Amino acid sequence: MNGIEGENYAVNLDPTAATLSMSGTLRLNGLDEYAPVSKLLSELLTLTESPTLDLSKLGFLNSSGIAVLSRFVIEARTKGIDNLRIVGAQSVPWQTKSLRNLQRLMPALQLDIQ
Amino acid sequence: MTCDIHGQFVDVHDGSERLILSFAPGLLPLQQRWRNNGLSADFMGDYVTAFFPRDDADPTTIQRQEEIKGAVSYIANELLENAMKYNDNASAELIKIELILTAERIILTLSNHLSDEQASAFVRFIHRLEQSDADTMYMEQLEANAMTGSSSGLGLLTMINDYNAALAWRFSPNTRRGVDAQTQVTLAV
Repeated sequence: MNGIEGENYAVNLDPTAATLSMSGTLRLNGLDEYAPVSKLLSELLTLTESPTLDLSKLGFLNSSGIAVLSRFVIEARTKGIDNLRIVGAQSVPWQTKSLRNLQRLMPALQLDIQ
Repeated sequence: MTCDIHGQFVDVHDGSERLILSFAPGLLPLQQRWRNNGLSADFMGDYVTAFFPRDDADPTTIQRQEEIKGAVSYIANELLENAMKYNDNASAELIKIELILTAERIILTLSNHLSDEQASAFVRFIHRLEQSDADTMYMEQLEANAMTGSSSGLGLLTMINDYNAALAWRFSPNTRRGVDAQTQVTLAV
């Protein structure tokens, strides 16, 4: 397991399950502070053709974080990874509002809001 | 002295409930202050829940409360992050965020101080927004940000597109230097 632990958040990459999970509150200052998270996201795309990003326990994400996720989806699209799955939760308000935009960046993306 | 106003900027002078937080930007380095943006935003989000009580027997009230709390917290955090990043710290003016609750609306107004250059760049962004379809601009910005490695303007665009918020701005020349800027975000409730 590869991961980052912050004050209010955790990001974990499970290579066996080809799943990257984010939890807590991610409100880092700009894309520079998100660089370690971006690195793990890129790593996820090297593991398999069918990666999963699990955001269901990520309660808050700021707009810099949304930019990071958009960049990740565009990276997957560029690499031709069509079986990307993003898991969200209906109970987390920002996810029902903002995650659909990621699907617009890559219509093949499987958005699973549970 | 003339003000430059964009959108439907409102001044609420009645007895509406309001919560005001002020910050002295020069007091702490941005790095040390950053986590206070989230703390203040979450406080505002929690604060408004008292006015949208939940009835455990009615799931729609629980969802409504969570939605409003999430929206206020997201918007307040974005406004504070922007204000801290793009403030003219050479000025002694306080950064202020004000939440007003009326029967139909929640209004968040962020006041900060910009240098003339910062104000011009901000007004250019607003002009672009006024002349574009916000949804198209949002998607274009996501693509452009991926190329340039920036996230500028995205906070305001998410407020409009994802939270159906109405945005307005007021810029007034400061008596000493630069510009006093106010960004106002209105949510219908």
